[in-house]
Amino acid sequence: MRWLSFRSEAARAVTLTVRNLTIARGGLPVLSGLSFLLEPGQAMILRGPNGAGKTTLLRTLAGLQPPLAGEVSGADDTIAYAGHADGLKAMLSVSENLRFWADVFGQQRLDAALDAYRLRELEHRLAGTLSAGQKRRLGLSRLLVTGRPIWMLDEPTVSLDKDAVAMFAAAVKAHLGQGGSALIATHIDLGIEAETLDVGAYKADPNALSGASDEAFL
Amino acid sequence: MKALLKRDLMLALRAGGGFGLGLAFFLIVTVLVPFSVGPDPVLLTSIAPGVLWLGALLSCLLSLDRLLALDFEDGTLDLLATAPLPLEAALSVKALAHWLTTGLPLVVAAPVLGLMLNLAPAGYGWLVASLAVGTPALSVIGCFGAALTVGVKRGGLLMSLLVLPLYVPTLIFGAEAARRGAEGLDAMTPLILLAGLTSATIALMPFASAAVLRMTLR
Amino acid sequence: MSLWEYANPVKFLALSARVQPVLWVASGLCISVGLIWGFFGTPDDFRQGSTVKIIYLHVPSALMAINAWFMMLVTSLIWLIRRHHVSALAAKAAAPVGLIMTLIALVTGAIWGQPMWGTWWAWDPRLTSFLILFLFYLGYIALWEAIEDPDTAADLTSILCLVGSVFAILSRYAVRFWNQGLHQGTSIPVATGGRTVSDVFFYPLVISMIGFGLLFLALVLYRTCTEIRVRRTRALLAREGQGA
Repeated sequence: MRWLSFRSEAARAVTLTVRNLTIARGGLPVLSGLSFLLEPGQAMILRGPNGAGKTTLLRTLAGLQPPLAGEVSGADDTIAYAGHADGLKAMLSVSENLRFWADVFGQQRLDAALDAYRLRELEHRLAGTLSAGQKRRLGLSRLLVTGRPIWMLDEPTVSLDKDAVAMFAAAVKAHLGQGGSALIATHIDLGIEAETLDVGAYKADPNALSGASDEAFL
Repeated sequence: MKALLKRDLMLALRAGGGFGLGLAFFLIVTVLVPFSVGPDPVLLTSIAPGVLWLGALLSCLLSLDRLLALDFEDGTLDLLATAPLPLEAALSVKALAHWLTTGLPLVVAAPVLGLMLNLAPAGYGWLVASLAVGTPALSVIGCFGAALTVGVKRGGLLMSLLVLPLYVPTLIFGAEAARRGAEGLDAMTPLILLAGLTSATIALMPFASAAVLRMTLR
Repeated sequence: MSLWEYANPVKFLALSARVQPVLWVASGLCISVGLIWGFFGTPDDFRQGSTVKIIYLHVPSALMAINAWFMMLVTSLIWLIRRHHVSALAAKAAAPVGLIMTLIALVTGAIWGQPMWGTWWAWDPRLTSFLILFLFYLGYIALWEAIEDPDTAADLTSILCLVGSVFAILSRYAVRFWNQGLHQGTSIPVATGGRTVSDVFFYPLVISMIGFGLLFLALVLYRTCTEIRVRRTRALLAREGQGA
């Protein structure tokens, strides 16, 4: 059964527009007044200290939590999100894991994903027997089977060695070349031409209430 | 949707104890009953339908906390929430997978266990029918309970406390059907009521479960 | 002046401070009058002796047990639709009160039934339904305690209250079916409230019921105010932690 199967195989070119966004974590506003554009072919790196709100921003844009204020357009069904956890099932093989996500997102071919991260020789290994780096490569390859144009990645290079980081950077470059875009929270220099967005500049004033969930009590 | 069903079934089969655990528990409970009430065949005959229903219900309960907690921990739920599949459909499929791997085997095993409890000959058909009609309801209601406690550490006990009172109508109608059938009376009324209950819960509970899950993932 | 004004926690606290003393005094009066009149001022029933007087505790508490759940249902809906925190906290506050009312109803019901049935507990449909309600209350309270984020807890418990209400009604019919069959009448006299009881019992009963109702209101207001203050302290501490 294919839900919303109007999607075509090629990546659609979509611009993500964020206007005056305020986001919250645990009910308290953490970033406010954030505005930016992410155009097709563009990559943006999120920088900021730990706890600044990078993860919260990515989750909000991906649709997992609602923002407190502001607008996001171009985000319906266009975003592929990769967080800290890989979403892999240990008892399924590499190709079975990928096949599942491909089916869920309505895509057919696993080749691009397997080749980009050199997973072919691991194709039939159970995901539980992979090393941390291999698991992360599998988790990242999942993005390639979603067929979605905008990638949102939260610290993607954790547990990757130099070679694997190079694989990842190459995959991102290829994705951008096809008209896709990427928003990546990372401390590492990936060697990709990208704008930087420092979320520290948008830190929400803790005393400004701006629609925080416990605003009514103060 | 088919992909999700296939995956859940595969996982249940491979994750050693998926199928077998519920059945083993059902067997153990059945075996313990004569030890607790005495081996008098007449007594066993009169309590057999109820005890078998209770055993089936408790076995269903056992395997519920794995339904969503595992997916929550490895990040799969987050990813499913951003997928094109509606969360309601995903949860219905998961409940179906639960029934196929837990409820259905119980239905098949019940007559065999009925032998051990000296179930009246007329009761076998009604027992199987009532379990077949009632166990799907147990799966969907259980899915709701699992969704409520998915983020809670050691939520198994809390889930039982929430789910068991919700099981009462199903247990009453199901056990009543089995009991009346065993006594040779007409058991159509409770069976039809049970069928109505199961249909309603299958149709409506996924909406409640999905709403709850979205709130938790926020 | 709309009732929604009191969705503002500060205004609610102010209103509650004015109203509570009146409620406590009024409920104390009504309950004392109702119980004393009921226990000492009315004759013994020719059939049930003096244990029937437990009706002055049993009926009001049973009524409140159900009303509490109904109030929780309404306030849960208000939270889900209009996101008024006071509403969610009122539901949280009402739950333990409802739990205790249910417990009182169960215990007094058992005491009432003992001379008639010969046992301290019987699976009478009415009592059984209250037992199930007791379990629902327990689950609801447990869920509030188990979830860390207060807004998520409010959301989840609201849905539980909704779903639980549907199943509670279903259970009531299922239990009647289970014990009495669909077409038999009740053979055991159960608490039916004031109408089938003769006048001399009626007035103390009504006063007692009003007293319990006022007590319920007073308790819920008191507990809601405490919950509001707890949330306020949390909010202030959170701001401090973030600002530093």
